[in-house]
Amino acid sequence: MSINPNQHPNCGGRDHFNRRNLLKLAGLSGLSWLTPLATALAREAEHKTSAPAKSLIVLWLEGAPSQLETFDPHPNTEIAAGSLAINTNVDGIILGEGLAQTAQQMDSISLVRAITSQEGDHKRAIYNAKTGFRPDPTIKHPSIGSIICHQLNTKADSALDIPRHISILPSQNAGRGGYLGDRFDAFKVNDPVNPVPDIRSRVSDKRASRRLESLEFLDRQFLQTRANNQTVAKSLGNHNLDAALKMMSSEQLDAFDVSKVPDAERLAFGDTAFGRSCLAALRLIETGVRCVEVTLGGWDTHANNHELQAGRIEILDPAFATLISELKRRGLLETTMVVCGGEFGRTPFLNPLGGRDHWPHGFSIAIAGGGIEGGRVVGETNPNPQKGEKQPKKLLKNSRPIEDIHATILSQLGVDYEQELDTPIGRPLKVCEGTPIKSLQSEG
Amino acid sequence: MAIKVAKNVLFCAMVGAGVALVFWWISPRTSSTALSLSAVASGERSADIFGSTNNEAQAGSAIAVDRVLSELNQAFESDWQDAGLSSASAAAPLKVIRRLTLGLSGSIPSLQEIRVLQQLPNDQQVQHWVADLLGKKRTSDFLAERLARAFVGVEDGPFLLYRRRRFVDWLSDQIFEARPYDEIVADLLNDDGLWTDSPAVNFYTRNIIPDSDKDNIPDPILLAGRTSRALMAIRLDCLQCHDDFTNEVYLGDAETTRTGVQADFHQLAAFFSETRNTFFGIGDVKDRVIPYQYKLLGDEAESILQPRVPYAPELLGEEGALRQRLTGWMTHRENRPFARSIVNRMWAIMSGQPLVDPVDNIPLNGPFPAAMEVLTTDFIDHGYNLHRLIHLIARCDAFRKDSRAAFDIEDAHTQAGAVFPMTRLRPDQVAGAVIQATSMALIDENSNVLSRLKAFDQLRQFIRRFGDPGENEFETRGETVTQKLLMFNGQMVSERLKDNLSVSELHWLSPDDKTTIETIFLATLARLPSEVEAQYFLDRLADTNVRKKRQVADIYWSLINSLEFSWNH
Repeated sequence: MSINPNQHPNCGGRDHFNRRNLLKLAGLSGLSWLTPLATALAREAEHKTSAPAKSLIVLWLEGAPSQLETFDPHPNTEIAAGSLAINTNVDGIILGEGLAQTAQQMDSISLVRAITSQEGDHKRAIYNAKTGFRPDPTIKHPSIGSIICHQLNTKADSALDIPRHISILPSQNAGRGGYLGDRFDAFKVNDPVNPVPDIRSRVSDKRASRRLESLEFLDRQFLQTRANNQTVAKSLGNHNLDAALKMMSSEQLDAFDVSKVPDAERLAFGDTAFGRSCLAALRLIETGVRCVEVTLGGWDTHANNHELQAGRIEILDPAFATLISELKRRGLLETTMVVCGGEFGRTPFLNPLGGRDHWPHGFSIAIAGGGIEGGRVVGETNPNPQKGEKQPKKLLKNSRPIEDIHATILSQLGVDYEQELDTPIGRPLKVCEGTPIKSLQSEG
Repeated sequence: MAIKVAKNVLFCAMVGAGVALVFWWISPRTSSTALSLSAVASGERSADIFGSTNNEAQAGSAIAVDRVLSELNQAFESDWQDAGLSSASAAAPLKVIRRLTLGLSGSIPSLQEIRVLQQLPNDQQVQHWVADLLGKKRTSDFLAERLARAFVGVEDGPFLLYRRRRFVDWLSDQIFEARPYDEIVADLLNDDGLWTDSPAVNFYTRNIIPDSDKDNIPDPILLAGRTSRALMAIRLDCLQCHDDFTNEVYLGDAETTRTGVQADFHQLAAFFSETRNTFFGIGDVKDRVIPYQYKLLGDEAESILQPRVPYAPELLGEEGALRQRLTGWMTHRENRPFARSIVNRMWAIMSGQPLVDPVDNIPLNGPFPAAMEVLTTDFIDHGYNLHRLIHLIARCDAFRKDSRAAFDIEDAHTQAGAVFPMTRLRPDQVAGAVIQATSMALIDENSNVLSRLKAFDQLRQFIRRFGDPGENEFETRGETVTQKLLMFNGQMVSERLKDNLSVSELHWLSPDDKTTIETIFLATLARLPSEVEAQYFLDRLADTNVRKKRQVADIYWSLINSLEFSWNH
C-alpha cells in the first residue's frame, strides 16, 4: 500500500485494500492458496474477527518511571531499597505501595513486566517507545496514534469535527505523523482548565465574518489565475479552511471542557492537570476520538528517587484507576485500550544520590481494555541481580521488546501490524516490527 | 519635575522620529539617487563572487558569468524543447525578489527594502538584491540552518557532547565569509577536537548514542547514512540491511553502474571505524587498527569489512587516516556527485523544489538535467563558491519564470523549470513572513534588541505549534487544521496586528486610503493590488461604521491568511 501525499486525510487507505478486493484478485489467480495473497487473506480475516478495540488512550509517563516503585515491586530485596508493595484485587499480583486505587482495578489491568529496548537516552528512547522503531536519520516513523488514524477510517471518523489524534499536556515529544505526513500529528492541548488553543476567534463575530469575506475574495482572485495549474490546484483547495471553521463552531469541543463535570466526578481523577486531562481523554473517546495521549512528566529521578517517584505516583494513581473504572462504568473499556508507561525503567540499584538511573533492560507497562484480559502478568524480572551484571537482559524471563507493545495495540485495533507501507520516497517499511502478546488477549 | 518634562520631550521626539521614518517608508520614492543598496555601495562581496578585486578583472569576470548564464539558459531551453514543454514568461521583478528573500533568508522583503529596490531599474533589481542578501548575516544564518538539517538533522543529540547551535553558527560564519564548500565539508569530515572549540566535530558527536555500551564512538552506521545522503545525494539506507533488490541503488562507476549490495553501505561506514570521542574530543585511534565488523544478511558470523567508497574508487588516496582519505575522495574535483548534491540542494533551498527530486537521491548514472550539469561544472571550476552558485541560480531564466502560464501547467513543467514551482511555505518562512509583513522596517540582525527578541520568541513558539517538518523540508506537504487555526486565531498573528505601529497607525500615516491599501499589499504580498482588489478594499475602508484602525488590521489579517501569502510562487 502506498501513501499518496495528496490523499485526503479522511480517505481510508486501508479500505482500498479490503477483503472483497483481495477475494476478487484471488479468484483470478486460481491458486491463491499458494500465493502470498492467501496469507494476506488469512491475516485480513484474522484482523476482522479480532478487533475489539476502537480507540486508544496512552498515559505517557515521560522521564521513565521506576518499575520497582510502580508496576514491578520486589519488596524486601536489596533492589527494593526500602520500597514497599501492596496486594491488589488479583491474587498474586502486587503493586508499588502508592498505587492503592489502581490495585483495586487490577482485575481489569494486565502488566508486561520485562520489556526491553536498546535505547537508554531519553530522546531516542521516547522515539523508540512512541513509534516502535529506533531513531533513524533517514526516515521519521509515525507514532502509534498516527498509524491508527491513518489505518482506521470509518464514516464515524469522517463525521468527527475535532481531530482524531490528540495529545493533552504535551511535552516536546507529542505523537508525530512522521512519513505519513503532519496531518497525522497529534492536536496539542494543555490543561483542560484552559480553553482549547487557537479555537476561538480573537475578534467579534462581526469582524471575524468580515475578515473571512475578504479572505474568500482574495483566495478566489488567486485561484482564478491558477485554475490551469493541475499540479497544485488540488492542494490549493479550501477543505482545511472548512474543517477549521467547522471545528471552531463544533459542539464536540465540549468534550475538552471538564469544568462542567460535577466536582465529585472530576475530583475522583485527582485535582491535578493530569487528572483533569484523563477525564478529558475519557470524554474525547466517548465523542469518537481515536487516540488520546496524556503526558505526566517528572519521572527522571537520578536523585532522591523514592520521594520524587512517590510524588508522581500520587498524581498517577487516582487518574489511572478512575479512568479504568469510568471506562468500565460507561461500557467503553471493551473498546478502549489504555496503555500506561514510559520510555524505559530505572536501575535496580540506588546511586549515591539515592536516585535510580536509566534502565532499558527490563521495565514495565500496564495495559487494559480493548480486548486485553485483566489480572495477567507477562514477563518476570530478577529480584536479586548482581551489581555490575554485564548482560542484565539474560536475567529476564519471558522478556518482550518494546515493539511488541505496538504490535499488541495494533492487533487489538484490527490494524494489519505486519503490512508494509511505501514511504513517500518509495521505500517500503513495516508498520511494526513486533509480535502481539497473545497471552494478554481475552478469549472469545 | 524637570526630569519628568525632559523624559516626556525625549519620548515625544523618539515617537516623532519613528513616525516620520514610517511615513517616509510608506511614501513611494521618486528620487532615483536618494538611496543605494549596501551591495551597490560597497561592491566588495560582489567582487568576491566573481573572483576578482579590480574593476578590469571584474568586468572580465562579469563577461564570464554572462557566458555561463547563457549556457545555463540554453541548457534549460534545450531540455524544454526535448520534452516538448512550453515555458512561462518572466515573472515581475518584485515577485522574484519575494522568492529570493524567502529562499535565502526565510522571510519576505520589508516595505523599507521594497521602496529602496524600486529606485533601481527593473533589470538590475534582482541582481542587486542577491548581492545585498548575501552580504547579510540573516542570509548565512538561514542557509546554515538549511544545511545543518542535512548534516546533523534537527533533533537534540547527546547532552553535553553535542552543541547544535554552535554547529549552525560555525556553518553560518563559513557561508558568510564565502568559504569554499569543499573546505567546509573537509572540516566536517576531518576535523578533530572538542565540540565547543571545533564546532565542525558536532557532525560526529551528534551520532554518538548516549547511555549505550558505545558512548565514546560516533556510530559509523549513522554516519554512513548521513554522509551518503547529505554529501553525495545517494540513498544507501536500504543497503544497511540487505542488498538492493529493487534496482534503485546504482553504484560502482558512472559509465558501468551496478546495483548496490549490503557491503557497500558497511564499507562506507568502515571509514568511520577508527573515530573516537576522547578527553580531547573527536579524534582517530592511531596506535592500532580497528577493523569494522558486521554480520551481513545470510552470513553466520561477523566479518571484517574493509573501507571502500561506493563509486569512483580510483579517486581514493592511499595515504592518511581513514577519515582523511574519505575527505580527499569526497572533495576530489572529479567527484561530481559531491558537487551535484549541493547544487541540487541549493536549487531546492532557493526555489522550494530540487532539480532532481528527492533532493538527496540523484541517480549516479543520471540522466541529469542539462542545467544541473552546467551549474555543477561551474561550481567545481570556480572553487566550490556557494555565493557564485546562488548568483547563477538567481539570475537564470528558469528561476525568474512566472508560476502562471497561458497553458495547462503539469508536473513536468515545474520539474523541468519551465514554470516556477509553487510550494507551500515552511513554518519558519510563514512566521518570518508574518513578522516582517507587519513591520515597515526590516527586522534583522541590525534591528533593536527588543524587536529581535520579541520576533525570535514569536517565531519559536509559532514553529513549535505549527510543526517543524524537520529534515524533510522539501517534501510536498498539505496544510493541517492545526496550522489553519494557528493562523486564524493564534497568538502571534493577533499580537503582530495589535501591537505594531506599522499596522495600527498606518491609516493616518497614509495620505489616502489608496496608499494604505497599496502599502498593505506591498508589505504582505510584495505587489500592488489589482484594480479589482484595490476597489474591493477601498469600499471596505469607506465603511464609516467601523473604525479604520480595525479595518486596516482586518485587511492585514485577510492577506496574511490568504493562499497567496502562504505559498512561494
